[in-house]
Amino acid sequence: MLEIKNLNVSIGGRTLLDDLDLIVRDGEVAALMGPNGSGKSTLSYVIAGRKDYTIETGEILLNGESILNLEPDARAAKGLFLAFQYPTEIPGVATLTFLKAALNAQRKQRGQQELSTPDFMKRVRTSAGKLKINQDMLKRALNAGFSGGEKKRMEILQMALLEPSFAVLDETDSGLDIDALHVVADGVNALRSPRRGFLVITHYQRVLDHVVPDRVHVMAQGRIVRSGGKELAVELEKNGYRDYVVESAVA
Amino acid sequence: MNADIIPARTPAEIFLADAFNASRGRLPGNTKVAKWRADSFGVFSASGLPHRRVEAWHYTDLRALMRDALPLAMAPSPETIDELRKEFAAAGALVRRLVLVDGFFVPELSSGLPQGINVRSLASVLSEGRPDLIALLSSQGLAAQDSIVSLNAALMQDGVVIEVAPSTLIAEPVNLIHVTASPAPTAHFSRSALIVGAGASLRLAESMHVANRAESVRAGQANACLIVSLDNGAKLAHTAMVMGTAPGGVRLESVMVRIGARAKFDSFALVAGIGLVRRQMFMRFDGAESEALLSGVSLLGGREHADTTLLVEHAAPGCVSRETFKYILDDEATGVFQGKIRVAPGAQKTDGKMLCKALLLSNFAAMNSKPELEIFSDDVACGHGATCGGLDLDQLFYLQTRGLPFAQAEALLLEAFAGELVDGIGHQGLIKVFRREVSAWLSTRNRPAAARAAIA
Repeated sequence: MLEIKNLNVSIGGRTLLDDLDLIVRDGEVAALMGPNGSGKSTLSYVIAGRKDYTIETGEILLNGESILNLEPDARAAKGLFLAFQYPTEIPGVATLTFLKAALNAQRKQRGQQELSTPDFMKRVRTSAGKLKINQDMLKRALNAGFSGGEKKRMEILQMALLEPSFAVLDETDSGLDIDALHVVADGVNALRSPRRGFLVITHYQRVLDHVVPDRVHVMAQGRIVRSGGKELAVELEKNGYRDYVVESAVA
Repeated sequence: MNADIIPARTPAEIFLADAFNASRGRLPGNTKVAKWRADSFGVFSASGLPHRRVEAWHYTDLRALMRDALPLAMAPSPETIDELRKEFAAAGALVRRLVLVDGFFVPELSSGLPQGINVRSLASVLSEGRPDLIALLSSQGLAAQDSIVSLNAALMQDGVVIEVAPSTLIAEPVNLIHVTASPAPTAHFSRSALIVGAGASLRLAESMHVANRAESVRAGQANACLIVSLDNGAKLAHTAMVMGTAPGGVRLESVMVRIGARAKFDSFALVAGIGLVRRQMFMRFDGAESEALLSGVSLLGGREHADTTLLVEHAAPGCVSRETFKYILDDEATGVFQGKIRVAPGAQKTDGKMLCKALLLSNFAAMNSKPELEIFSDDVACGHGATCGGLDLDQLFYLQTRGLPFAQAEALLLEAFAGELVDGIGHQGLIKVFRREVSAWLSTRNRPAAARAAIA
């Protein structure tokens, strides 16, 4: 469960997140929608632990435990995962090497034993197959020269292997063709479980036809301005965000 | 009116002059060689140790950095050789090896050489005075102005002369091991030559070894020259592992390469765990349609200083040269890269490129990068690039969000940065050895500061 309470975040004196409150329960898929510049990606980075931002006030709890003072790797070990909007290219680091290092680093932080190579390979093959990721791609340098779709599938593969208790998906649907969208959506749906929460950040309602959300939150100017059920996404698709931007500007 | 400035000689320069005068009667070679030595010392003493006003040495001011010179090394004693033999046997040392101990070629320690290679000590070649070999050994060519190369010619004590017969193909590396064994810090002056005959190919792997008994006195001074001649259609793959000298130690390496037609020269060097190192390569394409790939990685910490200076002359048409060098600099280390590509008139269709990338991990580390192109032909493609900066913060953050602690994420990125060039060596066994050294250096880096200070 992710709880964000009264979160105020700024960068260089400019407020990006303004008294933001949000709760996503275990087993829940929450969609976060909102116009460009409303602070959605900032929120995802702040949750993951990026250091560029100043946390003025507020609290982020993961499974009841405050994570704001933890390094990004410690947050990951506690079960947090962020699928990046633009996954970073890491030339020179073979994807398989990276996956094994990441998995074992998390296990080590949790006091678990390292995975044996055969055990690791078995897990990778199973998950990669479902996401149509071939062996050749796993041997290449991580994300380096990958197409947009390949990068997004690689994010989902990492999520499947790392088995987080809470995942933030930052515009994982953007830049995907219809087939890739299906593959990614199926990958996410396969990981839905009563013990895992998702925050799906998106601009478009279309992905929510495939990954059906339990709640939809609308964000504008750094705060949640409206929350509702999945029908809210349909309404937004029809009417756009104009109302929310004006409304919050006046407020 | 201008007054001639006569710089005062430094203690090191005075010491070297005394050493030359005291030892010139004992140094190997016939009378012609003795004259060559005297002329060479004249060239050296006219300019002295190179300093910051000598353009090619601007960033490595040897006059300031090498305050004192050390006594010349003595040839290793039979006991030393015996100890080393046991040490090599115990360590399962490399086969196909040529061994220089304190700059002296020791045939008793060398072994396993393949057919088609002829090997002799420099001392015996200088005494015999075979004109073609003497001509090659004394052909300083592009290095004629370099006082360190001249000093080497004046004081060269020994070395190894390797001849590979035409059309001989040797795929597995021949190891040239430079051993430091003297129990007290000394100065080594070695000059070696490698002649690869027409159509022959060789892989030469240079490495360094510090004898157990010399562990506490690694801060010696070495001035080593390697003169390479590649005949038409010859191929040489060269690797050098320049490691294992202590702070205060000085290693000056000069590699002079002449490349014939349709030949290929491939060279990679790893510089790590050193005091002060200058590697200079002087390379000349004498024949058409040849190729040279020069690359290297320098891993520096503490107050280490590593200088790579290249002069590549395209004197024949249709040749390709690539220079790719990477530096990782921590603490107060200094890196220097100077690459010059000169395209002579008539060397049309030259394709020359150089690239230097440096990662600075500390605010007190420094990188000096100077690419130069001198082009006197009109149909050429030449380029250069240099980057200098820190690790990519986005990459670090990405890896951390996947659970890798900062130090591990950093090490993974650094290993990838250096490993790219290591993987280009083209020999699986050597790639493994070099990769291991890079990892070892990175793991030392991640020790607590106090432990690192003890090493530096």
